[in-house]
Amino acid sequence: MPVRRSRLNFVNLFLWVLGGSILALAAFGAFLTIQQGRLSGDQWQTLIVAGIALGSVYALLALGYTLVYGILFMINFAHGEVFMWGAFTAYFAATALNNAGMMASNPILAFVLVLATAMLVSMLVAVMLERIAYRPLRGAPRLVPLITAIGASLTLQYTARGFYGSGVRAYPDFTLFDGSIALGPVGMTVKQFVVIASAITIMVLLYLFINNTRTGRAMRAVSEDKDVAAMMGINVDRIIVTTFAIGGLLAGAAGILYTLLFNQVHFFMGFLPGIKAFTAAVLGGIGNVIGAALGGLTLGILESLGPNLLLTGYGIPAPNQLKDVIAFSVLVLVLIFRPAGFLGRKENV
Amino acid sequence: MDPLMRRAIITGLLGGAAVIHIGLIGMIDAFQSRDTIADVLTLGALLPILIALLIGWRSGGPMRAPHIIPTGRRAVALGALGGGTTGLVITALALFTTTIDVRWILSNASPSLAEELWYGQGAALGSVLVIVVSAAAGAAGAALHVIPGTIARALTVGGITAILVALMEPFVVAVLRNIGLRFLEGIFYAQGGLTLIGFVLVFAITAAGTYAWATRGRETKQRVAAMPPDRRRTGKLVVYFVLTAFLLVLPQIVGSRLSEVVGTVGLYILLGLGLNIVVGFAGLLDLGYVAFYAVGAYTTAVLTSAASPAFSPELPFFGALPFVIVAAMLIGLMVGTPVLRLRGDYLAIVTLGFGEIARILFLSAWAQPLVGGAQGILSVPPPIPFGRDPQSIYYPILFFCILAAVAARSLQGSRVGRAWNAMREDESVAEATGINTVTYKLLAFGLGAAFGCISGALFATKIGTVFPVSFDLLVSINALALIILGGMGNIAGVIVGALVLVGLPELLREFSEFRLLIYGMVLVTMMLLRPEGLLPSRSRRAELHEREDAEDQYEDEAGEETGQPVVTT
Repeated sequence: MPVRRSRLNFVNLFLWVLGGSILALAAFGAFLTIQQGRLSGDQWQTLIVAGIALGSVYALLALGYTLVYGILFMINFAHGEVFMWGAFTAYFAATALNNAGMMASNPILAFVLVLATAMLVSMLVAVMLERIAYRPLRGAPRLVPLITAIGASLTLQYTARGFYGSGVRAYPDFTLFDGSIALGPVGMTVKQFVVIASAITIMVLLYLFINNTRTGRAMRAVSEDKDVAAMMGINVDRIIVTTFAIGGLLAGAAGILYTLLFNQVHFFMGFLPGIKAFTAAVLGGIGNVIGAALGGLTLGILESLGPNLLLTGYGIPAPNQLKDVIAFSVLVLVLIFRPAGFLGRKENV
Repeated sequence: MDPLMRRAIITGLLGGAAVIHIGLIGMIDAFQSRDTIADVLTLGALLPILIALLIGWRSGGPMRAPHIIPTGRRAVALGALGGGTTGLVITALALFTTTIDVRWILSNASPSLAEELWYGQGAALGSVLVIVVSAAAGAAGAALHVIPGTIARALTVGGITAILVALMEPFVVAVLRNIGLRFLEGIFYAQGGLTLIGFVLVFAITAAGTYAWATRGRETKQRVAAMPPDRRRTGKLVVYFVLTAFLLVLPQIVGSRLSEVVGTVGLYILLGLGLNIVVGFAGLLDLGYVAFYAVGAYTTAVLTSAASPAFSPELPFFGALPFVIVAAMLIGLMVGTPVLRLRGDYLAIVTLGFGEIARILFLSAWAQPLVGGAQGILSVPPPIPFGRDPQSIYYPILFFCILAAVAARSLQGSRVGRAWNAMREDESVAEATGINTVTYKLLAFGLGAAFGCISGALFATKIGTVFPVSFDLLVSINALALIILGGMGNIAGVIVGALVLVGLPELLREFSEFRLLIYGMVLVTMMLLRPEGLLPSRSRRAELHEREDAEDQYEDEAGEETGQPVVTT
């Protein structure tokens, strides 16, 4: 059909021009900013470190999206809420331990306990979500589980609001993590270091789990082909639950790390990180575990660096207000130029 | 254990979990202040009873695997067991909140919640009472399976109507006053709810009406069908005439405050009709629909308001409208083009991203010189010279709603509508049959944008000011929830959805706090139980139940169900 092809080419042309001009504008903005020398080298470094810390939280969340997508080919839209429930649990656990004096007497144990409860509760929420909202709809038309996921997301959000109130709650301080630390020439706060180190540890553990255990192998088999996996004697339902559980554990960890960086919890806090983590997962190639980690880091750095680097050159006032616009534009650009992401398989899109 | 009893207990525990949920989010406490039957039953006390009733209905009903249908006394006993289990959980919750103080975590787990759950009777008597009442409600629910179907349906409809009429007190009272039936108010309503007599009367009348319709309805339908075509056409015309007359005098009947509510419902009907084109007809899940609403409102404000910061031609509303529509359609095409190649779920997230970008841009300091940033744009003039009171602004809204409904209806049946339909069901097949999916997708985005921007434009003139806070994601979610509740792809469904999801919460102030929670639950429940919506279009219903029908057929052939969910990719 020559007519149709030419029209699609027109669309492609339009998209390339659009994407190309956005990229050109961004590059020119960066050039202007650097030429004007608005920020010093140290400031850039601080921004990059902050971006890596934020990005490692996104990476943990993105892994949850990618794992579920790899197996069910659905976007778990409520994943951000799983993260929020973890953060809230961490808040209550930390407050309780703080009141009991444990945070002062045995801070490391306290941190581990808080992390463990947060991860556990997030896991429970994720598993419940799968059982109640997603499992009955397996095999339904594509839009159906997505709409359910949106509904589940709202339900979880406003349940948290009803349970815990609508105010912003400030975290008790982990005095253990005050101060800053220098890794060679790079300085960062201890909190950022803890966040980055914990995220890397968790991701390495996950990688080992997926590649070296029986369950991990089963997960990979199910994501290759559910029917064949079932024929090989793998309990597909159980693997799906396991996947959700792992995603929940990671989201719980992300929840406490995020609150460590930003020091507050709120019932709506899961929304934006959730969407950005999804962007990160797409950026890295959805369904790909290493890709999700890479995508998270890239997005974190872009978000932290972007407004100052790309926009100040044009003299745009208050560029940090527009950081979310940058994150969403990244999503759109990726989908235009490389829908499969950095490392993704083409057929997934 | 007997599988039926096991099911009753599990269902009862689930019901208990539901009561714990609504108790801890504060719903029971908030609804305590609204009477259903004055001085007898508050809405807060009614909710757990209704849940127990539902649990009893589930527990006493037929079971699928193993296939057993409990009958007679056994069904009622099972219902009582289910309801009683729920009652036990409620008692446990009440005891928990009185003995352990966790209010620093769960702000609603207070002794006052226990008091409400115990009907204010104290621990001992209250516990017994809760269990007995829940068991009785469960038994009554199960009894609906035992009595003949027509009677059961009549009772259900009567009960639901009576509760709704009780809740809609301010609405009904205002209508009664405005049409000169004030004396009825004293009979039916006491301060804050129906009187006992009123409740019984409403219940009896609607139940009897439903029963009569169920037994005689078919005859009437047949008689209408047997009428000669010209008489049927006259009948239709009469119905349309009455409907039009009713819509024209509606603001006068309901008064000023309720006209405001009706106006808001109208705006959401417009939004719903537009989103319905994109989601319902073309099958493109757009979560950034608010962007068009915002563009409509802002463009109108900039073009008509004298207080617009940078550029203010001060056009009249109808002079500005063509520009507004063109602007929104262009934005629609801009949003539509990058997402052309994306599958459903990607599309949803990307459009959501676009919606957020729009909101952030309107809020940002960068765009402030043009659209006013957080200060917004003030003094947008009303669309018609009569002024902005809710009773006059109703008419332009009504006009555009009717226009949009007619447009949507003719689109649905046209070549374009059929092309969308084909595309929604299977894009590759549609393409193979020669449908240019690019054109039709962009057309859906553009037309949807046009409807949304008209709604936004009317919103701006109705409120008179435009602030970025009015345009968050929740508008999109709201519009989505209403078309899903009403039935995707169906115009009557949009209207019903808007009335239920926008109208009811506006009338019931206690609901507004839980509005989004209820939306979320509506989305999940509808997808699980009735994905085609309350008023489904026929093709949509067939589409969504295809799999079940196939399964049922398979089951019938195999004679029994395997109990394994069917896993398909």
